[in-house]
Amino acid sequence: MLLLRTVLHLAALLALPPLLLGVVNRTKSIFAGRVGPPLLQPYLDLAKLLRKGAVYSRTTTWVFRAGPIVGLAAVASAGLLLSMGGAPAALSFAGDFVLFAYLLGLARFATALAALDTGSAFEGMGAAREVTFASLAEPALFLCLLVLARATGTLSLSGMLGPALPGAWGSAGPALLLAAIAVFVIALAENSRIPVDDPNTHLELTMIHEVMVLDHGGPDLAFILYGASLKLFLFGAILSRLVLGRGDGALASEALFFLGVLCFAVGVGVVESVMARLRIVRVPQLLVGASVLSVFALVLLLR
Amino acid sequence: MSLFLAALVVLVAGGAAALAASARPTAALAIGSASAAAGSAMGLLAAFPALRAPPSAWELAWAVPNGAIALGLDPLSAVFAVAVFALGLAAAVFGAGYMRAHLARRSLGAFLFFFNVLLASMAVLVAARQALLFIVAWETMTVSSFLLVGLEHEAGAVRMATRTYLVASHLGAAFLFGLFLTLGHAAGSLRFEAFEALRAGSAVPATLLFVFALVGFGTKAGLVPLHVWLPEAHPAAPSHVSALMSGVLVKMGVYGILRVLTFLPPAPVSHGLALAAVGLLGAVAALLLALGQRDLKRILAYSTVENVGIIALGLGVGLVGAAGRAPAVAALGVAGALLHVWNHALMKGLAFMGAGAVVHGAGTRDVERMGGLLRRLPVSAGLLVFAAVALAALPPLNGFVSEWLLYLGLLDGGQGSAAGTALLAYLSLAVLALVGALAAIVFTRLVGAALLGSPRSPEAASAHEGGPLLLAPLAALAAANAAVALFPGQAVALLTPAAAIVLRVPAAELAARLAPALSALAGPLRAGLALLLLCGVALALASRRMLARRDVRAAQTWGCGFSAESARVQYTAASLSELALAAIAPRALRPVETPARPEGLFPRRVRYAQEADDPARARVFEPAFRAVGEWFGRLRHFQQSRLNLQLLYTVLTVLALSALLLFHQRGP
Repeated sequence: MLLLRTVLHLAALLALPPLLLGVVNRTKSIFAGRVGPPLLQPYLDLAKLLRKGAVYSRTTTWVFRAGPIVGLAAVASAGLLLSMGGAPAALSFAGDFVLFAYLLGLARFATALAALDTGSAFEGMGAAREVTFASLAEPALFLCLLVLARATGTLSLSGMLGPALPGAWGSAGPALLLAAIAVFVIALAENSRIPVDDPNTHLELTMIHEVMVLDHGGPDLAFILYGASLKLFLFGAILSRLVLGRGDGALASEALFFLGVLCFAVGVGVVESVMARLRIVRVPQLLVGASVLSVFALVLLLR
Repeated sequence: MSLFLAALVVLVAGGAAALAASARPTAALAIGSASAAAGSAMGLLAAFPALRAPPSAWELAWAVPNGAIALGLDPLSAVFAVAVFALGLAAAVFGAGYMRAHLARRSLGAFLFFFNVLLASMAVLVAARQALLFIVAWETMTVSSFLLVGLEHEAGAVRMATRTYLVASHLGAAFLFGLFLTLGHAAGSLRFEAFEALRAGSAVPATLLFVFALVGFGTKAGLVPLHVWLPEAHPAAPSHVSALMSGVLVKMGVYGILRVLTFLPPAPVSHGLALAAVGLLGAVAALLLALGQRDLKRILAYSTVENVGIIALGLGVGLVGAAGRAPAVAALGVAGALLHVWNHALMKGLAFMGAGAVVHGAGTRDVERMGGLLRRLPVSAGLLVFAAVALAALPPLNGFVSEWLLYLGLLDGGQGSAAGTALLAYLSLAVLALVGALAAIVFTRLVGAALLGSPRSPEAASAHEGGPLLLAPLAALAAANAAVALFPGQAVALLTPAAAIVLRVPAAELAARLAPALSALAGPLRAGLALLLLCGVALALASRRMLARRDVRAAQTWGCGFSAESARVQYTAASLSELALAAIAPRALRPVETPARPEGLFPRRVRYAQEADDPARARVFEPAFRAVGEWFGRLRHFQQSRLNLQLLYTVLTVLALSALLLFHQRGP
């Protein structure tokens, strides 16, 4: 049974992420009163990109070509550490969330270096913004995970998001609620969504993530798009289990989990429809706010 | 032990031979480098088995009063000796290629002699078992490294840097005299065995001695705010000397603190907290300062300050854990710190020598004048990228492993303890995460501005790769880094006896405490890293296969419609760090900006200048030294250089001393 669930989760990890992008876009189109692209459009986009050739800038080196590959490999490896639906992850050990966060860091490092390799001012701008905001998001993410660790009494992601979580809601509900809000804010920032970054903007000067990948095309861009959706899925998985981690039976908790991930995508779409993006100088304040929120959660928990 | 002594003899004799051959620079360089390499290799062979062997000792009488040449190798000494000799070997080979450029300009005999003396003095230092010998080795190390840093003393900046280094080192050494004299007074002997007997009793003022050690050794180690000499001296020195200084010389300060800890009674929680706080806050400050620098080697020097901070954090966590009866926390903290000592020696050795090869190729240390070097120097710049990934503590390289141990230690410390301690541990953990993310910014900026993109100056455009003597040691160091990353469990097992000495528990018990972390390191964590590599290779192959038969073109970078390519439009190092400094750094740690805004309807010229001064230097030490200087200036009044006055002073002094003697004899 456990093996079956692990296989199911790996399959979901591989197959579902682009669907989330589709759900986000559909939500936004409903809010805007448009028909919008089909739900499965991101899959079609990926298939199209994978069939294309590529154009590389003459200034670039192997760092540029390695960027998308390392980025996707790191995010995918991070996915193997993440427990889904309350079942233990494929890989799990005490302190594995540090590896999780650092793998996301490696992906960011590779993407930023690939951007700088083009020698373009715009991509440099994006890289500078990405690494700066990440340096504020990372402590906040660690604090949120520490709240989970303390509340469940375990040190691995599988334990934190595992069977002890429903019980922890009873004893430490307010702290977990604050942490969940903070995780949502971090998820928006880490995945370059509104209010931190607007994935639909057409002005290079204001972009963060999109501007870093301006020069990538073909299969490289497919890797980047897929990696980005995978990262969105990972944060959705954490949040879904954190908020809805109550199902008793395996089937119920799995169903709730996948429902939660879809709800997360809808939530991202709603935020994107009803909010404007923040000015870039305001973003650090938002992220520090998330850190403060999670410190409050810790204090509540330790009191 | 005899091999160790033979290594010392080879180093000193080879250095003397190089000095004797000064008249023929090429021969001197060959002799000096070969003897340094041979001595280091022998020393490495001697020190490596000592990591897990029972302590050995060797002694020779010394005519100096209270002196004895007592040497010994225990696991703690061996950890540092291994680092010294491993990096010494790489630096000696690198130096043989790097110093060729100087052959025509100056006689290198003295430089080569002091290079070997520096290696030998560090080896004697970690093996010394007697305070006087320790201090002599310490001073020899300081003076020889001072002379090495001052190689290009014609430049005013180099002279200034060496002077700062010498003054800082000697002010630190003053505290060491206080430390060892107090210890010697309490123990009745200057031998380390006698000092070790002190730890049971309460005969010594432990806190005072801890502060002495922290200031005295911390100056050498570069603990903030005593780090001021470090960012000055490292860029001034030749690159392999910077590598040696940053990789192992500053670690001698760490060794000193560890050795003194074995003399003192078990440290109270406050000592551990102080060490951890100094380390952690220092690491953050050092990284923020690194963000404002444009000298490649100065950036690396600040990263050294950061890494020493991380080591101090690990030791602090270890002390707090030991004092708070949390043996697992103590084990993880100290083991993580010791592993970071090795890791940092390897990573920073690679980074400084890689930077040396890059600077050698590009002819400038200014990252704003580099750019595009990865294309022109594929090997040395490529290995510098490797070092940057390791130094940013990113998986799958070795920097991540030691930081992971520290994370685990903090996590264990938080999980099992009461509210106050837990909050402190968790907040430290979050700050450590900030340190990791800031290090990623620093190295993104370093690699992005210096090595990627297109060349920002004619020198960078015509950069050329150095010879095999420059590249071989870099490749060897990269392999050593990769080896630690691949076999982290084995590396920690080698360090366990040394950690046991620091924590004063049997090595077997410590190994049991570390077992869960080690099994994660050897099992799932390694599996995760292997999967990362596997995924990467698979994706790379897939991408190559997909593109094999398709249209792959080269074009210019997308400039959003602007098609006149120019290196001037690239994002500069200063602009890369601007947002981070504005968002995160307190004002005192930001560079001073002097922008000249465009004026008028048709603005002609716009300037922007930025200067990053070290606040500890500019705001603390310089004013303090100036005040002291003015104060002492008043004494010049007495110094009239007239013979009758000088005679009067002499007579007065003799009279005062006689009076003191008389009084002393009559007294109790």
